[in-house]
Amino acid sequence: MTTLTFTLIAPPAQRVDMSPLVCQKLEGLSLDAIAAIELQNGNRKLRVDELFYLTGSNTQDIAIAGSTDKLDFIGKELNGGSISVQGDAGAYLGMQMKAGTISVSGDTGLYAACEMKNGLLQIDGNAGDFLGSALPGNKQGMKGGTVLVKGNVGQRCGDHLRRGQILVEGNAGDYCGSRMVAGTIAVMGTVGRYAGYAMRRGTLLLWNQPQLPATFNDCGSHTLAFLPMLFNSFKPLNSRFADAKVAFNRVQRFGGDMAESGRGEVLVKL
Amino acid sequence: MIINGVTIDKTFAEAFPMKATRAIITAQNEKWAMISAQAMTGFATSVIACGCEAGIERVLSPDETPDGRPGVAIMIYAMGGKGLAKQLETRAGQCVLTSPTSALFAGIEGGKPIPLGKNLRFFGDGFQIAKKIGGKRYWRVPVMDGEFLTEATTGMVDAVGGGNFLVLAESQPQALAACEAAIEAMKKIPNVIMPFPGGVVRSGSKVGSKYKALGASTNDAFCPTLKGITKTDLSPEIESVMEIVIDGLSKEDIDKAMRVGIQAVCDLGAANGIKRISAGNYGGKLGPFHFHLQEIMA
Repeated sequence: MTTLTFTLIAPPAQRVDMSPLVCQKLEGLSLDAIAAIELQNGNRKLRVDELFYLTGSNTQDIAIAGSTDKLDFIGKELNGGSISVQGDAGAYLGMQMKAGTISVSGDTGLYAACEMKNGLLQIDGNAGDFLGSALPGNKQGMKGGTVLVKGNVGQRCGDHLRRGQILVEGNAGDYCGSRMVAGTIAVMGTVGRYAGYAMRRGTLLLWNQPQLPATFNDCGSHTLAFLPMLFNSFKPLNSRFADAKVAFNRVQRFGGDMAESGRGEVLVKL
Repeated sequence: MIINGVTIDKTFAEAFPMKATRAIITAQNEKWAMISAQAMTGFATSVIACGCEAGIERVLSPDETPDGRPGVAIMIYAMGGKGLAKQLETRAGQCVLTSPTSALFAGIEGGKPIPLGKNLRFFGDGFQIAKKIGGKRYWRVPVMDGEFLTEATTGMVDAVGGGNFLVLAESQPQALAACEAAIEAMKKIPNVIMPFPGGVVRSGSKVGSKYKALGASTNDAFCPTLKGITKTDLSPEIESVMEIVIDGLSKEDIDKAMRVGIQAVCDLGAANGIKRISAGNYGGKLGPFHFHLQEIMA
């Protein structure tokens, strides 16, 4: 079976809700049935074949070719299988995904991986604000799985992060790891202002010294035994994180946010 | 059956079902991993009074351990799951958590998960940190030398305890030398431990006693000093008997260990005072696993 490929006929003028096109919802459907699925496009509904050319048949291996940032909710609640996005993705990429893999060759919009539960989401370009965060009003963001961003991420990365790991090869914007409940965010580049703002628990693992809020206290320099194991777990990834040369186990540990429970930590490579 | 002048009795060792787990202790160097492992497996020779049987399975090189440091694999066996879990937890808490630079990991994938560091984390008084790495849950407990890293659970599996054989020799030094040779060979077999001191027990027991309070007492049939006054199993030239007890994850593992152990004893042979190999059984009433010596050595 060949990859089921949705090739965008033309960039849509309005935003498109792509949530019906996930592996588990397409399983067992014929190409005709898939073509007849209606997608919300702005304030109207369009058939899939009005927006995309369809080729291939493997509903567990989906590709979206010529994708643009107008395509929202790609891979929403994905529960196994893989989705490969060739181009940019819109907002809410991989929202609440439960299993499987999503890869994006370009950039993504707001709220990628928000409330994600498990699986692997890889973004080769940049990610927008609120990566892996909670939806507005909700108290828990991403709860498991791995998000890998090869570019930069916007503001509020990992806001309310509950579990799982966000790995950023580039830079992170302001409020990285804000209101984290637990989990791990690793940033190889720089982070903006207010990193770890109001974090309760969890780990911010940084390659470069951040400008931390005054409510983080220096706990000294340490060699931590869990770090080699953490880096070892990155080895299967197609990423600089898998490179043994970037690994370290000697860190400066900052505890905080003391304005919260203060059980979180910012670990900075020494 | 006679091998190198050593008579292999037509008898069998009788073993019984147990629950088992394995844990991996690592440390800054092998010395401290071994110190911790020896503490954790101390006072664990027999379930009769220790609550469990435990031993060091083998030394692990850094590339075999989860954290890339030198390590030691230990195994604990008990008669039931609850007992095993309690022994594991108390021993880990007192002997590994306390040991400088140590870390503790699961040694068995699968089986029923039982707490390893899951409850030890409370020693952290709220400062402990959970980390899920590669699908496994770990705890980082702050301690005075840094952090104690421990996996939350390890696996508990069905196992076999009480495999054994007896070495009957013309003198005590010869019996001990033969047992030492056997233990050296048996240590190379995976999935087994020999829980007695140095792997050897000189006080083999029988079920029951003339004293009501005791469930087990000396195996008088194999005591050389009682040859003339009890129903003895010993011929006149036997002056010393020692036993090797084996616990293993499966009957096949114990089979292998017994084979290499008995072979090592037989390699010394009659020329070194080894006269017979026998085994302890209770007429088939104690356990469902029977290890027939002659079949094992066939």
